[in-house]
Amino acid sequence: MPAESLRFDAVTKRFDDTVAVDGVSATIPAGQFVALVGASGSGKSTLLKTVNRLVEPSDGRVLIDDADVATRPAPALRRGIGYVFQSIGLFPHMTVAENIAIGPRIAGGPPVDVPALLDLVALPRELAGRRPDALSGGQRQRVAIARALAPGAKLLLLDEAFGALDPVTRDALGQEIRALHDRLGLTTILVTHDMAEALLLADRVLVMQAGRLVADATPAQLLRGEGGNTAQALVAVPRDQAERLREMAR
Amino acid sequence: MNALVAALGRVPPLLAQHVLLSAAALALGIAISLPLAILAARRPRIGTAILGIASLIQTIPALALLALFYPLLLWLSGLVGGGIPALGFLPSLIALTLYALLPIIRNGVAGLVGIDPAVTQAADAVGMTPAQKLRLVEAPLTLPVLVAGIRTAAVWTIGAATLSTTVGQPSLGDMIFAGLQTQNWALVLAGCIAAAGLALVTDALIGLIERGIAHRRRPLWIGALIALVAGLALATAPLWQRADTKVVTIGAKNFSEQYILARLIGDRLERAGYTVRYRDGLGSAVVYGALSGNDVDVYVDYAGTLWNGQMHRSDVPDRRAMVAAIGRWTQASSGVRLIGPLGFENAYAFAMRGADAKARGIASLADLVAAAPSLKLGSDLEFLERPEWAAVRRAYPLRFAAAKSYAPTFMYRALASGEADVISAFSSDGRIAADGLTVLTDPKRAIPSYDALLLVAPRRAKDAAFVAALQPLVGRIPVTAMREANYRVDRDADKQPPDQAADWLARRIGL
Repeated sequence: MPAESLRFDAVTKRFDDTVAVDGVSATIPAGQFVALVGASGSGKSTLLKTVNRLVEPSDGRVLIDDADVATRPAPALRRGIGYVFQSIGLFPHMTVAENIAIGPRIAGGPPVDVPALLDLVALPRELAGRRPDALSGGQRQRVAIARALAPGAKLLLLDEAFGALDPVTRDALGQEIRALHDRLGLTTILVTHDMAEALLLADRVLVMQAGRLVADATPAQLLRGEGGNTAQALVAVPRDQAERLREMAR
Repeated sequence: MNALVAALGRVPPLLAQHVLLSAAALALGIAISLPLAILAARRPRIGTAILGIASLIQTIPALALLALFYPLLLWLSGLVGGGIPALGFLPSLIALTLYALLPIIRNGVAGLVGIDPAVTQAADAVGMTPAQKLRLVEAPLTLPVLVAGIRTAAVWTIGAATLSTTVGQPSLGDMIFAGLQTQNWALVLAGCIAAAGLALVTDALIGLIERGIAHRRRPLWIGALIALVAGLALATAPLWQRADTKVVTIGAKNFSEQYILARLIGDRLERAGYTVRYRDGLGSAVVYGALSGNDVDVYVDYAGTLWNGQMHRSDVPDRRAMVAAIGRWTQASSGVRLIGPLGFENAYAFAMRGADAKARGIASLADLVAAAPSLKLGSDLEFLERPEWAAVRRAYPLRFAAAKSYAPTFMYRALASGEADVISAFSSDGRIAADGLTVLTDPKRAIPSYDALLLVAPRRAKDAAFVAALQPLVGRIPVTAMREANYRVDRDADKQPPDQAADWLARRIGL
C-alpha cells in the first residue's frame, strides 16, 4: 500500500471568539516527512487534529488521497491513521500486547503480530505481558507508536510525541521514527515547538503563527536564512545555542 | 443466652425475605443508576440535576420514604382500577431502590469523569466507536469506583430494609420492632445481629470484588462474586419451597396483647396441623389491607378501629349492633370473614395517676375539660391522628398544655414519672390495675366500643379446619384474663415473652 497524500484546503477552526486555525491551505505529497512548527497557541496541534477529525474544521476541507475526510464515519477514518501524542494515553488496564493490538481488534481485523511490532519499535518482546505502569516513559511512547502503526497505517500524525521525554530518549526516538518513516514508506506530520528537532528530522518545515502558515521551506532553505522573520526567529534559537556551546568548548 | 438462641431461631425466614428485598432493590438500583451515571457524566448540566434529585431523595428519612409510597400506590391503584399492591414488597422495593441510587450514580459519575483525558483521547484516536469506548475503556476503568458505590448502597439498603416491616414487608426489622415493643431484648439483639451480620458479610464480599478488580486479581473478584451469589441463593432458600396451603401467616400489630393473641391463635392452628408464621409489628392501617389481600391469614382487630378507620363511621351504636354491622361490611367489601368477638374489649381509655385524679377531683372526661389546660397529654404513636381523638374532642373541648406521643410501653412510664398527666391507655392493659391508675369515664359515649374481633382472610374463609380451630376462642377471653396476660409481658420485672403469656392465657381460659 503506498503512502497517502494529504491536502488542507482553506481549513479554519474557530473556538467561540478565538480563531485557532485561520484559512490554512497546504499540500503534502505521499511519502513526505513534514514538521509543523510554531509557538504554543499557534494552532499547529489543532490543524493536525483536523486530519483524523479529533477536531472538526469550522470551514474548509481536509483531503486524504483527494477524498474529503468528513465523508467517512470518524471511527473508520481514524482506524487508518496513526496518531501519537505527548500524553501517550496507553490504556492502563490493558497489557502492552493488548494496547498494541487494539486497533485491528476494534476494526474486526486479523490479529496483529505483536512481537514483530515490538521489534519494529526496538522494545524487548518480554514486555508484551506487562502493564503500562511498569514501563519507562520512553518505553511507553514506543508502545504508543507500535499501537499507531499496528493497523498498517500509512499516515502517521505525531502531536508533540516526544515532548515529555528526556533529551537522550527524545533524540534517539526521533531518529528511529525517521528511520521507520523511510523503511515503511509513511507520510508523516510531526507537530513540535522545537525547531532543532524539525530541522534534523523533516523533509519540509511548515511554520505557523496565530493560526496562519507563515513559512513553508526545506531545512536547507531555512538554514540559508530563507522563510521569513518568524521562521528565522525560531531557527536562531538552536543556532545560537550551538554557537555558544562551541564558544565554551574553545 | 437461651433466649437469644431461641430468638435466633426466628432469623432464617425473615433473613430470606430481607435478603430478597435488599438484593432486588440493589439490582434495580444498579440498573437505573448506570444509564443515569453515563448521562450525567456526558452532560454536566443534566448531571447536576440528576445528582441533585438523588441527593434530595437521600435526605428523606427512610421510614418516611417507605410510608410515602403507601398512599401514593393506593392512589395509583385507584387510578388504574385496582391491582397495584400498596403494601408489602412493592412499596419497600421502590423506596429502597430510590435510596440506593445516590451512591451508585455519584461513584459512577466520579469514575467516568476521573478517567485520564489522554486515555479517552487515545480511545477516540485509535478509532473506537462511542459504544466500544464505553465497553473497552470507560467501563473497565470506572468499575473499581463504581463497585465502591454499589458497596455503600448495599450496606445502606440492608440497613433501611429493616424499616420495611412498617409497611407490611417481612424483614429482620420484624424482630427488632416486636422486641422493642415487648421489651424482649433477646429478640431485638438477634434481629440486630442478623441485620448487622448480613451488612458486614455483604460489605466484605463486595469489598473483595472491589479490591480484586482494582488490583486486577481475577481469581479474587470472581471468587468473591461466586461467594456473594451463593450466599444470596442460600439465604433466600427458605423462600423457594413451594407455597404450601398448610402454611398460615398470623398478623399482629405492634403491642403486647397482639403478640400474645397471635401466639394463642398460632398454637391452636399448629395443633390443627398448620405450619405457622408470624408477621409482627404491622401498623393498624397496614394489617387489615394485608388480611384482605391474603398476605396475612388471620389476626385480631378491634371493633372501634375498623368502625372509624376502615368504615369511616363516626356514629356510636350499641356493641352488639356494631359487631354485626362490621361482619356484614367486611364480608361484602373484601370477603374477610369475622369469626366472632373474643369476649373482651380493648378500648381507648383516658387514664390518670390514681392519687392525682383523686386530688384534682377528676373522674370523667367531662371533669377533665376544666383541668386540661394545666395538664400534659401522653398518647400512643397514632392516637392523636385517629378519628377517636377527633370524636372525643368534639364531645369534650379538651385543650391540654402539651401533647406528646410515645411507644405504648414508654407512655405508661411517662405517666408514672410525671412527664405526662393523662394518657390514652387501653382498657385491657394490665398496667392500669398494677400502676393504680384511674380510668376516666365517658359520659357522652364519644368513644365507640372496642371488642376484640377474630378476622380471617378471604382465602381461609371457607377452610373448615382452619375456622374450626379458631372457633373455640370466640367469647372465651374475659378482660381480666387478658389484662393479666398483658401484664406478664409488660411488667418491668420478671417479664415473660409473649408465647409464655399465651400459654398461661390458654390454661387460664381452659383451652
